[in-house]
Amino acid sequence: MQRKTNQITGAFGEEVVSKFLTGKNAEIIERNWRIREGEIDIIAMYPSGTFAFVEVKTRSSVAFGHPFEAINREKAHRMQRLALGWLATHGCLGCDYQIDVAAVLIAADGSHTIEYRAAVL
Amino acid sequence: MSLAQTKSVALLGLDGHVVTVEVDIADGLPMYSLLGLPDAALSESRDRVRAAIVNCAEIWPNRKVTVSLSPAWLPKSGSSFDLAICIAILSANATVAPDSIAEVVFLGELSLDGKIRSVRGVLPALIAAQKAGIKVAVVPKANYGEAQLMQGIEIIAMEHIKQVIRWLRTGEREIADVIDMQWQPSDLNIDFADVAGQPQARLAAEVAAIGGHHILLIGPPGAGKTMIAERIPTILPALTVSQALEVAAVHSIAGSFATRSPTSLVAPIVSPHHTTTRVAMVGGGAHAIKPGACSLAHNGVLFIDEAPECPSGVLDSLRQPLEAGTITIARSIGNVTFPAQFLLVLAANPCPCGKFTGRGHNCTCSSQQVRRYLGRLSGPLMDRIDMRVHVDPVGRVDMARPELGESSAHIRERVIAARAIAQQRFINHPWSLNSQIPSRALRSVFAPERTAMNFLHEELDKEHITARGLHKIIRVSWSLADLHGNKIPTLADVQQGHALRGGIDL
Repeated sequence: MQRKTNQITGAFGEEVVSKFLTGKNAEIIERNWRIREGEIDIIAMYPSGTFAFVEVKTRSSVAFGHPFEAINREKAHRMQRLALGWLATHGCLGCDYQIDVAAVLIAADGSHTIEYRAAVL
Repeated sequence: MSLAQTKSVALLGLDGHVVTVEVDIADGLPMYSLLGLPDAALSESRDRVRAAIVNCAEIWPNRKVTVSLSPAWLPKSGSSFDLAICIAILSANATVAPDSIAEVVFLGELSLDGKIRSVRGVLPALIAAQKAGIKVAVVPKANYGEAQLMQGIEIIAMEHIKQVIRWLRTGEREIADVIDMQWQPSDLNIDFADVAGQPQARLAAEVAAIGGHHILLIGPPGAGKTMIAERIPTILPALTVSQALEVAAVHSIAGSFATRSPTSLVAPIVSPHHTTTRVAMVGGGAHAIKPGACSLAHNGVLFIDEAPECPSGVLDSLRQPLEAGTITIARSIGNVTFPAQFLLVLAANPCPCGKFTGRGHNCTCSSQQVRRYLGRLSGPLMDRIDMRVHVDPVGRVDMARPELGESSAHIRERVIAARAIAQQRFINHPWSLNSQIPSRALRSVFAPERTAMNFLHEELDKEHITARGLHKIIRVSWSLADLHGNKIPTLADVQQGHALRGGIDL
């Protein structure tokens, strides 16, 4: 049950961030691209032609620390490997790309805030 | 504003370098990198600083924090940068105005709840800060006493980072009570009056204090060697303020103010145990080079009991500081020079069992053992010892005497008067104490009376003394002459010096 709630929260966060990116004129290319090594939450392309691979962290409280603290160096590097994997399988190796992270905080009254950090690596 | 800077001080020995602590907070994943050759204790500052900030209800930036300590080539060690890093982070995070801290030196270690803990070396750090033109320094309250020795720099003592933050935001702060910085001319409750009898050793101690003559006390256990040695600081003239500052700076680095007040004007006495190592004696250490016993005894007395029991090499490591008055320690992180001008007092038993005194009836050692025992003190070291005094067991006559011996205050007056005469005499020479007169001068400008010189030459002919011993006797006799008010050493002074020199040359 708890797991299901978390999935709903996560999906909500990804939806919110997708809208945020669209609002910035980015094109959403793919959502929840998954291979055995892991998953990329959002793949988008900026108007400049740069691919953005976005990890979304959604939290309903900061009791367990800030969402960004859940992303350590190792995790960021795994995202980079996944990103290269996506680029390779889609024939885009050599394209400009960056790793972004987004934190969505859902307050008790249902409102939410987005923190977006671009090009974290 | 995501960039801020403040100042702190890195110490290498007694030399301080003002270090600029820069903090940049950039977008990116939460990360913390500390640049500028930090050692282990300094690298751990991250966790202390973070806990302190969070526990004081301030904001820790969940972004990429880069802390740079420049100059980057200078190795930095210790926890004293905590406070400077903490304040710079708060400032970079726009919670404290950056221009208010850019030229302020911060020293102090942080506890996890934000208290500012005492650190070592505050005094030498402040001396360096003042030289670099820093006007304001924040120090831990526990170090306020020694910090106040510094003139010409505003010292702000703080106990907690909340106080620092309040001061930086509003300008308000509690003014710490000015600690009464009266120099303490004497804080010792020991006195030469406690020593029963021992006229010869008393005189030797007095002469040592006048001329800075290094001295070896030989006597059986319980005769009072330690008692006499411990009382030598009480008859040395009070330190001048500049000497006291030198002493306080060395003790600040060693963190030994628990045993000695920073404002004491009494000459320090350090008595390392005879099992001490070379590094403990002369100073050293791989990461932070700390002063050894010979530097802690700077401007005071280095007393080594049971000297022949010291491992070979430990005493000989004192030869260079005895010669130069400083000790230079070379390690991979750099060369450090500490002052080490001390009066060396060695004490020894006459033989391994300690009973070879008088006719030596109770001694159980073989003659070879006896000879070898004092032979463990190497020739080059003994070369620098001017007096070898036998301290005989106290007899019942001396113990039964009801009146006390002469008090330290009395003796000190004579020492001060005699030193003044010597200083006047050496006004055109690079040395200031009788023990420092070079051998050449002892035979020419500073030769004793003709009759006295004849006496010494006769002794030399009879092979009672060596050429080295002759020079030492003349040096000691100069101190005796100053004590007795003679313009140059008389025959009596020289004969007394001969007696204090004592025994055969080792």
